[in-house]
Amino acid sequence: MDRERAIAFTLNAEPTRCRVEARSHLGDLLRLEYGLTSVHLGCEHGVCGACTVLVDGHAVRSCLMLAVQADGAVVETIEGLTERGAIADLQDAFHVRNALQCGYCTPGMLTTATELLSQNTTPSRAAIRAAIGGNYCRCTGYQAIVDAIATTAAARATAAAPEAGE
Amino acid sequence: MSESRLTLVDRPNSYIGRSVPRPNARRLLEGRGTYVDDIPAARLAHVAFLRSPAAHARIVHIDAVAAKAMPGIIAVVTGPELASVCSPWVGVLSHFKGLKSAPQHALAIDRVTWVGEPFCAIVARTRAEAEDAAGVIDVELERLPAVVDMETALDLETPAIHPELGDNLAFERILDAGDVDAAFKGAALVVEETFRFGRHTGVCLEPRAIMADWQPADGQLTVHHSFQAPHMMQDILCKHLALPESAVRVICRDVGGSFGIKVHIYPDEMATCALSLMLKRPVKFVADRLESFTSDIHARDHRVTARMAFSAEGDILAIDMDDLTGIGPYSVYPRTSAVEANQVMNLTGGPYRHAHYRARARVVLQNKAPTCQYRAVGHPIATMVTEGLVDLGAEKLGIDPAAIRLRNVIADDAYPCTGASGIKFEKLSHQAAIAKLLAMMDYDALRAEQAALRKRAVYRGIGLAAFIEITNPSAAFYGVGGARISSQDGCTIRLDPQGGIVAATSVTEQGQGTEGIIAQIVATATGVPMDRVKIISGDTQVTPYGGGTWASRGAGIGGEAAWQAGKALRENVLSVAGAILQTQPDALNIRGGVVVDEASGVERITLSELGRIVYFRPDTLPPGVKPEFMVTRHYVPKDYPFAFTNGVQASYLEVDIDTGFVTLLKHWCVEDCGTVLNPLLVDEQIRGGIVQGIGGALFEHCLYDADGQLLNGSMADYLVPMAGEMPDIDVAHVVSATGSSEIGAKGAGEAGTAGAPAAVVNAINDALRPFGARVSSQPVTPEVILAALGTI
Amino acid sequence: MKAAPVAYARPTTLAEAVSLLAEHGEEARLLAGGQSLVTLLNMRLSAPSLLIDINHLPELTGITEQGDRVRIGAMTRHRELGASGVVAQRLPLIAAAIPHIAHPAIRNRGTIGGSLALADPASELPACCLALQAVIIARGPNGERRITADDFFQGLYATALQADEVLVAVEFPVPAAGAVWGFDELARRHGDYALVGLAATGRQVAGRLADTRFVFFGIGDRPALAKHAAAALEAGDVRAAQAALDGDLDPQDDPVVKSATRKHLARVLLGRVVSTMMGRTV
Repeated sequence: MDRERAIAFTLNAEPTRCRVEARSHLGDLLRLEYGLTSVHLGCEHGVCGACTVLVDGHAVRSCLMLAVQADGAVVETIEGLTERGAIADLQDAFHVRNALQCGYCTPGMLTTATELLSQNTTPSRAAIRAAIGGNYCRCTGYQAIVDAIATTAAARATAAAPEAGE
Repeated sequence: MSESRLTLVDRPNSYIGRSVPRPNARRLLEGRGTYVDDIPAARLAHVAFLRSPAAHARIVHIDAVAAKAMPGIIAVVTGPELASVCSPWVGVLSHFKGLKSAPQHALAIDRVTWVGEPFCAIVARTRAEAEDAAGVIDVELERLPAVVDMETALDLETPAIHPELGDNLAFERILDAGDVDAAFKGAALVVEETFRFGRHTGVCLEPRAIMADWQPADGQLTVHHSFQAPHMMQDILCKHLALPESAVRVICRDVGGSFGIKVHIYPDEMATCALSLMLKRPVKFVADRLESFTSDIHARDHRVTARMAFSAEGDILAIDMDDLTGIGPYSVYPRTSAVEANQVMNLTGGPYRHAHYRARARVVLQNKAPTCQYRAVGHPIATMVTEGLVDLGAEKLGIDPAAIRLRNVIADDAYPCTGASGIKFEKLSHQAAIAKLLAMMDYDALRAEQAALRKRAVYRGIGLAAFIEITNPSAAFYGVGGARISSQDGCTIRLDPQGGIVAATSVTEQGQGTEGIIAQIVATATGVPMDRVKIISGDTQVTPYGGGTWASRGAGIGGEAAWQAGKALRENVLSVAGAILQTQPDALNIRGGVVVDEASGVERITLSELGRIVYFRPDTLPPGVKPEFMVTRHYVPKDYPFAFTNGVQASYLEVDIDTGFVTLLKHWCVEDCGTVLNPLLVDEQIRGGIVQGIGGALFEHCLYDADGQLLNGSMADYLVPMAGEMPDIDVAHVVSATGSSEIGAKGAGEAGTAGAPAAVVNAINDALRPFGARVSSQPVTPEVILAALGTI
Repeated sequence: MKAAPVAYARPTTLAEAVSLLAEHGEEARLLAGGQSLVTLLNMRLSAPSLLIDINHLPELTGITEQGDRVRIGAMTRHRELGASGVVAQRLPLIAAAIPHIAHPAIRNRGTIGGSLALADPASELPACCLALQAVIIARGPNGERRITADDFFQGLYATALQADEVLVAVEFPVPAAGAVWGFDELARRHGDYALVGLAATGRQVAGRLADTRFVFFGIGDRPALAKHAAAALEAGDVRAAQAALDGDLDPQDDPVVKSATRKHLARVLLGRVVSTMMGRTV
């Protein structure tokens, strides 16, 4: 049986094909084959959250998904989200609030926050903390990250809401 | 011309004291950081290590024949082979009298002495292939008795891990100030407690990583390192790989967290560099998370028995303390594993006025992971011991915990003075800080709320912790002991023809914002807008020579060097501008990148026009003008061995007395770190430090069994603080600038971690007070609380 | 921590998957959500020679109501369980458990089939299945087998599944009118495996609980049905039920938590869950 397999998938909005070893996880594929070094490996057992990417629109630990399983999937990393401006307001909020220090947890945090905000447009602080509760950060103590996500949600809600009295 | 530091914040265009977002954070937000594992290299090889599965064993035989034949394998190297390229080291310094440790090799030879110690290196085209080969190496070990209990490490029956050292006592220090026995004899109250601190570790999210590239044609070893002190690493590589200083270049780019974990010498990292020399190609090592848990330095494995004597009115008269700490089988190089205990001794009782103090620390060797400096070295322990005893005294005397502290802290107008342990204080602000804290948290309202809720069987606690913190160390810290660790730093600033600035600093960045504040300082000093300032750090070949970032020294020391260099460059620029404009230089200033009339603000010449003339048309300069648009200044603190800072923290929490679970409701910190260069960055450092301290207080513990096996060395089993359990933290400041520098900044990086555990544990004990229950061992797990309550 | 070399197959039908499993036996592992298996592979704690990816088998998908039963395909992700209206209405115990399972990214991939087949004693869904008296449906070379939850969980990571069987679906009887349920777990951090957890079902009859099933997890080598406690509770005495737990639960000391602590926490949870169940009207 094959230890390697050809796969085809969509990566950051571009179709791509490659040949992968079955043993490789998606995180290593994205980093090593595609140079998408925003995908950070912190534990390779799915606990720290640093490697979180979007697969078919859902946040996924890329260290716990085999590369072969990306066949036919739509995968997006922070590089792709940045290029299409999808999370510019979230990135700005993080920057202004200093919701990152060493930056190693940041791509995973942004990805997790992106999924949260797509499902809950008015998350409470407690809901934000629960949503990022699986993303380890050693530098910030989390409060600034919660602030930045809350600010972004509020700003999006304001932008979406029509003026009262219209 | 001179600028008084009082006008730092007032100067036009001053960035000092402003919450400027970090320019270098943008790339991290876009996923464009460059950590060691991201850096490509041609013919890059990867190394994996065989690590000891036993706490103590003799290496009988290593059979790598099958491994060497595996796909992708470049080399399999053992200790004796590597020793011909990399010499061993000993982690001692002369100012720790009597400190003893055995020589340590990059790959263990003959014996392995802790679970996780590397003893064989497998180099391959990929990490996966290296691990494949590691799996077929046949190793025969003869198990030896392991020393795993620090309480019995010095017993006669316990074998010495290194027989040539005689016993397992690495270091002992005794301090005796005043007349402790008399003070205790005459005291109205003596309280005593035994505090236990669980060994724990840093868990940097980016694991340790190093890539070494030896290019024989250039005779150059280039090392990309996730590290805090590139010059120190350069010096050590030269020494142990027998290379001249100019042959070694160490580069530290983006570092994914360090907290002191990445400022020590690790055998696997030294081995990686040696392997590159041997194989003449780039070799990379990235620790995986399981390796990190057994091979990163651990810290804070202490048992402290301490007593505090009080007068009837609540004055602290004396402290008597005995500290036992278990390190690993070696004192870690080059900073030694004696520093943590030494600081526990120096810092206990620090905020208070007592004259009598006696302390003993014993540092013992064990067959466990080596320990060394980790954020807020020794401070959390000293603070817990002190603040725990103060609370105990307050309780027994019926004095409010805040009141007893206000009564006993060294008065704000008592400085400069010297503490009981001999530490010298320039200017602290305990009284102002405590007053500010109590107001900020509305202490009286919280006490009232606590009392009301107690009647409804809801048990909340308020815990206070006053603390001091060591920052900006002088050569007294390491240099005097013979360590080639620089206590001075420098900054080179260059004005480019288009009017932009490039500033190279010898302090380094790991996310705390070093480059941001250096840019703020340089921009302020030179009058150039921050967006025209580029900072370079972390490259021994490019920056001035210096110490790097550790012991909360980056802002205070690196910042002052940047300030002095910026001022000097401005002086040079205005001297040339003055000559060209035929105006006195001290009638001019630089604002927003333009030379202006100081008095009227009228713009006279832009820096880019000046640059054009100086760099491209020097033929048009007035005679005798010799522009120097590149300036270097260095700074070293000399007035005091350390710039002590002070702070006070409070924790408000609720204990579920049925389950022993603790809910952290809120946390506060008032910190005096001198001039606050960027409140946004400082406050976030404090918050991060507090949460890191909470980790040690409630969650983190490296658990070893009787055979010296680490039982919980994975992210699932070793519990780090996550967002769901952490409180919001309010931070405020008092400012006592240091007179040792013009910018007046002390350090702030470790303050949060220093005080948080004591605040939290004191709050837990406050919550348990109605039950007469008390906890004194960290981490305070639900089981610890249930045991204290007598439930189990 | 890179996994060892392994071969990979992606069957497109259940029959094909069963056939592959039969052919390779113990050398093969089924790959479902991968949230546990890939961890083991990365750590080289598991080194099968073949991974059989069952993520593309239509027979393993879907949440359907069939009369008084709900059938959930093995490949149903935790996220889908949490978002399902059928689960929320018919199986509120499961809906209550889902948010406790790890974190969103894990729930996006992890599956109910994977959770049951792994049978980690600290996980939520096996306990819920035991409390709800679910039936696990397995398919092997000899056809389909229906295994009651009571028979399914046999020990530490040990289930009644044969090496050549694929867990295909889980069937739940829909609780009848008057049914009550309770769920609680004690974990140090959101999403951690429970120190102790309790999934409970029953009926309210004349101010008392009847037909109760109290299933503790995190407290032994498998989810534990506390029969003595249930009997004492149904006789009307919560304290006696808590005391009776000593006869139902036998946790071992471990380096982090003593047996006595787990037993105490179990007693506390029982009291809390019973209160909730008494307070529920549906």
